Amino acid sequence: MTAAITDYFPLRQGRAHEVCGAGAYGFACALAGQLGGNVMWIREDWQPELLNPEGFLPFFDPRKLLFAKGQSQIDVLASGEEALSSGAVNLTVMELSKSIGLTEGRRLQLAAEAGKSTGLCIISEGMGSNAAESRWRCAPIFAPADSTLIRWEIIKNKSGTLTGWDLRWDAETRRITVVSKAGQRPAPAHARG
Amino acid sequence: MGYSDARAFCPDLQSHPANLQEDARFQRVLARWAKRYCPWVGLEGEDGLVLNITGSAHLFGGEDAMLHDMRARLSRAGFLSRIGLADTRGAAWALAHHAPGIAPPGQSHQAIAALPVMALRLKETVSTSLQRVGIRTIADLVAVPRATVTRRFGREVLLRLDQALGGQGEDISPVPYPPSYQMRISLPEPIGLAADVQAGVESLLDPLCARLKANDMGARKLELTLRRVDQNAQSVELRLARPMRDPHRILPLFERGIREVDAGYGIDQMRLVATQVEPQPARQITHVQGVPTDKLDDLVTRIGNRIGLENVQRFLPADSHIPERSHIIAPAAWSEPAGGWAVVRDRPIRLFAPEPVAATGRTPPRHLRWRRMTLAVERVTGPERIAPEWWLPDDNWRSGVRDYWKVETRQGRRLWMFYTPQNPGWFVQGEFA
Repeated sequence: MTAAITDYFPLRQGRAHEVCGAGAYGFACALAGQLGGNVMWIREDWQPELLNPEGFLPFFDPRKLLFAKGQSQIDVLASGEEALSSGAVNLTVMELSKSIGLTEGRRLQLAAEAGKSTGLCIISEGMGSNAAESRWRCAPIFAPADSTLIRWEIIKNKSGTLTGWDLRWDAETRRITVVSKAGQRPAPAHARG
Repeated sequence: MGYSDARAFCPDLQSHPANLQEDARFQRVLARWAKRYCPWVGLEGEDGLVLNITGSAHLFGGEDAMLHDMRARLSRAGFLSRIGLADTRGAAWALAHHAPGIAPPGQSHQAIAALPVMALRLKETVSTSLQRVGIRTIADLVAVPRATVTRRFGREVLLRLDQALGGQGEDISPVPYPPSYQMRISLPEPIGLAADVQAGVESLLDPLCARLKANDMGARKLELTLRRVDQNAQSVELRLARPMRDPHRILPLFERGIREVDAGYGIDQMRLVATQVEPQPARQITHVQGVPTDKLDDLVTRIGNRIGLENVQRFLPADSHIPERSHIIAPAAWSEPAGGWAVVRDRPIRLFAPEPVAATGRTPPRHLRWRRMTLAVERVTGPERIAPEWWLPDDNWRSGVRDYWKVETRQGRRLWMFYTPQNPGWFVQGEFA
């Protein structure tokens, strides 16, 4: 019996979490939408991929997003700490390219607690730090009848067990809903569309 | 006369476009220069200055020497100047424009008697009508009975005449010094603790912000210079995301900079200058107020002072159907959040530079290899044809129109690919959530 997703999502406030996987950006956007308020997105300036505001418009209002480009990971972490402790933004997303140690992770946790905001680090697989409150792995899944099916798993959890859910994102209601396992889904009405 | 008439008189005539703002600005620069002769310097028209040199002529060796000095300096700078000196402002104007020179004290009447009536700063129409009735010089005008002049030409003529001859007083309003926003404090004993320096900054910030408020300005850039006992100066620069004049909000933003200052053997002088100010009019508090953004502005200031204020950015909507150009990235400190976002079709969350994949055909292939992953395509949605904006030259869109497809693979990844029919090729440009 898997735990309800509402126990763990939106993420525990006042802590820094991590997410990895191909669906990490979608996770961050969905979280931003659920928390409301302002979002600060911090990354390094050499990263070639762009965030597309038209793409995350169904998740949250691009007016609430501010993003910052640092020159190195130190800048990213320092700006993230400022943003977390200021209390002006509800969610701070940091894209990390190298793994961070225990000291940095602990500083982020303290900053998130001081500012009562949530921090999220987007990392690559296998790069997490021990100080993160929870670590998620998100990946999109193919389903014949549903093009928003995603799988979110908690692979490290300081306050619960490790579980996973299959979810779909509903654009009209801007909500995620858990769907049942593959075997119990309705069969597609037609083959490849 | 028109330019073509003037060219008829002088075939070698040269013309340059006029820059009225620069001329006005330079006139003020000249006024500041002219303050070396006397403190009362005002602007006269668009191309002149009026100085009240009462009591300052003897400092330059007499009126003659003073005017000679002025003329010499101006011609050395490349200016042609006409200078008139008289008892009254009106007479000085008349002399400067029509007979440059000095009128001996008490004899301005005789000095300007022979000048035409235009020298009295009259309107063009009035002076023309005066000339038509035969009043050509100022002496003629003085000879006419005063009541008839008023009845025929209005009160302005006699006013100007009196001003020129001394019957009516006329003041010069000097160009004021622009307000300077700086405060300085010298300490009897050197200090070194960060808390003490903060307290000193606070004592400087309060009167500075009061002066900003009195002039309806807000500071954009502040510079704090700390002079040490060994005469070295350290400075802390603070750039603000919004014009601010609230000392309680500005003081915490100095903390980080002050902590990094090396006090050496002690700091004995502090100077705070607002190097860049912007108008910040008082805002009316209305019953429909937006969410106050104070904390967010302070956060932008803090992060901006660490990584550069232009590196904190936000998205603004742009009117273009080209996916890369559907938004503008603007620095947060100099822009307001804008609404108007509307999306008609599905767009990916992540966009990147188009990466080519090996595939042929007008519809997406069944298998493709992208970023060292082999993906099997299960479902496609599309095509959506986007044509380049022919009015803008864009290197990325040289290959012509693009047919965009949303491709869902069995491995789960959902990609945004396009096909260019005019130069056949398949590319991946984005990834969906």
